[in-house]
Amino acid sequence: MRFGLIMSEVGNGLRRNITMVISVILVTFISLTFVGAAILLQAQIGQMKGYWYDRAQVAVYFCTASSVGECNLVEATPDQKNFVEAQLQSPGLAALIDRYEFESHEQAYARYQEQFSDNEFADFVSPEFLNEAFWVNLNDPTQSDALVESLSGLAGVEEVKDQRKYLDPIFAALNAASFTAIGIASLMLVAAVLLIATTIRLSAFSRRRELGIMRLVGASNRFIQTPFILEGVIAALIGSVLAAGAVLAIVRFFVQGYLGSTLQTTTAVIGMSEALLVAPILLLVGVVLAAASANVAISRYLKV
Amino acid sequence: MIRFDQVTKLYAGNSRPALNSVTLEILKGEFVFLVGASGSGKSSFLRLVLKEENPSKGRIHVLGQDLGRLTSRKVPYFRRNLGVVFQDFRLLPQKTVFGNVAFSMQVIGKSKGFIQEAVPDVLKMVGLAGKASRLPHELSGGEQQRVAIARAIVNKPAILLADEPTGNLDPSTSAGIMTLLERISSSGTTVIMATHDAGIVDQMKRRVIELVSGQIVRDERQGGYQTQAIPLQASPRESSDGLAHTHDPVPQSQVPTATTPAPVRRFAP
Ligand SMILES: Nc1ncnc2c1ncn2[C@@H]1O[C@H](COP(=O)(O)OP(=O)(O)OP(=O)(O)O)[C@@H](O)[C@H]1O
Ligand SMILES: [Mg+2]
Repeated sequence: MRFGLIMSEVGNGLRRNITMVISVILVTFISLTFVGAAILLQAQIGQMKGYWYDRAQVAVYFCTASSVGECNLVEATPDQKNFVEAQLQSPGLAALIDRYEFESHEQAYARYQEQFSDNEFADFVSPEFLNEAFWVNLNDPTQSDALVESLSGLAGVEEVKDQRKYLDPIFAALNAASFTAIGIASLMLVAAVLLIATTIRLSAFSRRRELGIMRLVGASNRFIQTPFILEGVIAALIGSVLAAGAVLAIVRFFVQGYLGSTLQTTTAVIGMSEALLVAPILLLVGVVLAAASANVAISRYLKV
Repeated sequence: MIRFDQVTKLYAGNSRPALNSVTLEILKGEFVFLVGASGSGKSSFLRLVLKEENPSKGRIHVLGQDLGRLTSRKVPYFRRNLGVVFQDFRLLPQKTVFGNVAFSMQVIGKSKGFIQEAVPDVLKMVGLAGKASRLPHELSGGEQQRVAIARAIVNKPAILLADEPTGNLDPSTSAGIMTLLERISSSGTTVIMATHDAGIVDQMKRRVIELVSGQIVRDERQGGYQTQAIPLQASPRESSDGLAHTHDPVPQSQVPTATTPAPVRRFAP
């Protein structure tokens, strides 16, 4: 019975301020979509790191007849290769290494052909241009420095390269994008909170006479403030639901649909399970922020 | 029941106090008329009892509670013991007559069945039986006033504060309202009524407190609108300390006493 009374007050309030309510819905919708995008981007970065770091290897490239610098255009000799392999098996390095394998000119060429099959200049590359190499998988991919230090500069070694280094700029770019999204999201959230507070304050101001009468006939603070808080929460909740829907749609149609089919790397792309985790977070953030800001906004009318 | 200790009320931006060092006590079941010229502080007094305003100085106790210590959270629960009729009615404009009266029961959690029973009863009591579904703007001033009275008494409050409840009513409706207030008072409710209606005051023979410029100049049992009997407090000088009266704003000649007969009785019936 009191519940019915409160809900009818909420309905009246929403109807009276319909334009403000719509703007609250839109602002929460957009801001929470950015929040969701930022979270998903972080999840994506995490997933890619896990995927690629597991596969990232350290390559010990040997000199070819076309290598300049230390190599002096001299192909690495079998002795030099054996010495490097002995180093890999030495107690100091063996502890770090999970496994390693040798790649000959022919194997390198085969892999090259496969990777760049639709590339024109693949035809101009011949096996002897491609480095022979040891491909080393580390137990802990972050400890590549020890390997790089002890093997670079050995006779016949052109370069020791940690593949992870190729990935770092990509992750840096993705991180920057996600921080940008977080920045925009927080600005928009501030706007949303202020807008909710303003809406509630306006709503209360237009009904201040009524509020005064309610206080005079003994309506409790909770009774008076609940309709206003619900008003803010309902508007924000609609925005949050839209944002959650947008996030799900982005993952379903853009990430899985478009990116998934173009990149062909389905394992490294986030999926619906992440999106379904983000959705309740967005709803919660929307509702809590709206309740808090509405609560602060209305408290002024509960003094006398 | 209601006790004022040296209460002074100063409004912001008004150097003259609306109430000046008022000390009084009103007991349970008393029927008190508050009289005095316009601007003498009657409404301010009632607003202080209701804790709609806080005193600038002094202490107020109502129903055993120190109003200075009542937190804003507890004020609504305190007010449930008080019924109020305002000079300006203060009805909810979007609610019907029935809705306005029912609202004060709804907010304190009375059951629907009880409300359906009690509201028509009280509307009949104030003579609005046929107008339950009207909106306030569809009523005359006197009818709105009766809605306000119905709302104030429907919860059977311990104290009824009425600010000129008969101000807009014709003599016969006024008489009806006064009969109503008397009945409420005889059931144990303390009634404090601010009024300019000399006829009613003279006829009822109840306690009269007269304010002039925010000070009590007269407080007599079974008094009239103007002084007739020996006053309880002969003059403001006796009622409060000397300090408060170094700038006494009340010229002695204005204070009616038994020896100086009242001038023109503007409100005579
Ligand atoms: N909110 C306010 N702010 C400033 N001054 C006020 C306020 N309310 C009342 N006053 C002043 O306080 C004094 C007492 O006012 P009050 O309303 O108590 O008079 P009253 O006796 O009820 O008069 P009336 O018979 O006309 O209703 C007046 O001088 C008035 O101008
Ligand atoms: Mg007044």
